[in-house]
Amino acid sequence: MSKLFSPTETGAFVARNPGIHPPSYTPGYKTSVARSPKHAKLSLGMTLSEMTGPVFGHDILGDLDNDMILNFAAPGESPIGQRIIVHGRLLDERGRPVPGALIEVWQANAGGRYRHKKESYLAPLDPNFGGCGRVITDDDGYYCFRTIKPGPYPWPNGPNEWRPAHIHFSVFGHGFAQRLITQMYFEGDPLIPLCPIVRTIPDEEAIKRLIAPLDMNHTIPMDARAYKFDIVLRGRRSTLFENRLEGN
Amino acid sequence: MVQPLDTLKETSSQTAGPYVHIGLTPNFAGISGIYDEDLGTRIIEDGVRGERITVAGKVIDGTGTPLKDAVIEIWQADADGLYNSPSETRGEADPKCRGWGRFPVDGADGSFSFETVKPGRVAHPSGRDQAPHLTFWIVARGINIGLQTRMYFADEEEANSEDPILTKIEHQSRVPTLIACKEADGYRFDIRIQGHNETIFFDI
Repeated sequence: MSKLFSPTETGAFVARNPGIHPPSYTPGYKTSVARSPKHAKLSLGMTLSEMTGPVFGHDILGDLDNDMILNFAAPGESPIGQRIIVHGRLLDERGRPVPGALIEVWQANAGGRYRHKKESYLAPLDPNFGGCGRVITDDDGYYCFRTIKPGPYPWPNGPNEWRPAHIHFSVFGHGFAQRLITQMYFEGDPLIPLCPIVRTIPDEEAIKRLIAPLDMNHTIPMDARAYKFDIVLRGRRSTLFENRLEGN
Repeated sequence: MVQPLDTLKETSSQTAGPYVHIGLTPNFAGISGIYDEDLGTRIIEDGVRGERITVAGKVIDGTGTPLKDAVIEIWQADADGLYNSPSETRGEADPKCRGWGRFPVDGADGSFSFETVKPGRVAHPSGRDQAPHLTFWIVARGINIGLQTRMYFADEEEANSEDPILTKIEHQSRVPTLIACKEADGYRFDIRIQGHNETIFFDI
C-alpha cells in the first residue's frame, strides 16, 4: 500500500451518534431479523486498531475506473440510460476534507438489473454496462464519477416492494473506525419514503442527507446531468492534550 | 437559545445488500475486465516477516444458517505489532504485510479462508499491550451497519489473560466467542451474529 498521502491527524475518532444510523434489528426489512445481534454492542474505547486503517495509492486505479459509462462498454459503444455525473466531497464531522480516500460504488443498470450471478430479475442486462466504479478523493476531498442513472427494482421483502433508484457507496477514511457503506438516492424519487431499507434510519434529517440533489451547475450541456452527493465520515477528536497543539 | 454547533453529521449507514460483490469484489461477482484483481485478495506478500497462518470460518445467522452473501474485511498489525497505515506513528510496518484483506464468503456453503501472518502485540492507550488480534468487519444483506469484532488466538493464553479489552468484558462467559480455535491446518473462527454463543460485537 503506497503512502502518497500523509495525514496531519492521528488521534481517536469521536463516538458515533446512534440516532443517525439504523439499529441492527429493523423488522420492516425482513432479512435484518435473523442477522441482527441480540446482545448490546460493547464499547471498548478507541485503540490503534481502530485509529489506523488502510490507505490506497493511485496505483490501484485504471484510467476508466470512475467512468461507468465506458469501463465495461465495447469500443465505440455505451450503455443505454440517462447519462449522469455524480460528484461531491468527502468530509469529516469537523468539516475537513478527507483526501486520498478510496470510494467504491456499485449499482444496477437503467432497467434495475444488476450484473451478478445470483440476480434473476427479468429486466435485461445491458451488454455495455458493468456497474462498478472507484475513485480516490483529491486534496480537497473531492470525487467525481460518470455513470447511467440506475432504475428501481423489485425485491422479495413485502409482497410488492421496490427499491428506489440508488447507488451503493463504500468509503474508507484514514482509520478503520471510519469505514462506511451507504446508499445514495435521487432527489424527487417517490419510492424513497416507501422503502423499508431507507426507513431503517430513524432520523428523517439523516435520510435527507442520503438524497442527492440535481446539480444543474455541474451538468454538461447536451451530454450529462449531474447529482451532488457529499459524504461525511467520523471526525477525529482534538489532540490538544494528547501530544501536540496544532489541529485544534 | 445558544449558537448551533458547526459540526457536520456523519452520513448514515445502509446495508451493503446482496450484490455487494459487484462493487467490492467484481471479479468474484462474475464481472471481469474492469479491475485486474479484486482488492484485498492478498494481505501478505512473499518475504513477509512472521509466522504464516490460515484462518477459516463461517458467519452464521440467528437460525444457525451460514450467510452465503457476506463480505468480510480484516485489519491487523504486522508481526512486530505495527500497522501499515499513514496513521501509524510508532514506526514503519513491514511493507510485505498490507494488514488489510477483503474476502467474500463462499456462495455455496458460506465458508471463508485467508492466509496471513500472526500479528504482534499492539500497545493499548492504558500502556499495557493488547494480545494479538485481527479486527473483523462484516457487511451483508440484512446487516444495516457493518459489524465489527475481534479475533484472538487460543494459543496466546497468557497474552489473552492480560489483554485490556478481553479483561474488561463484564460477561466473561462470552469471551470465548472472540477466540479462534487452533486446528491442525490453522485457526478456525466462526462468527455467530445472533442467539446461542453470539459473538461479541463492538461499538467502536
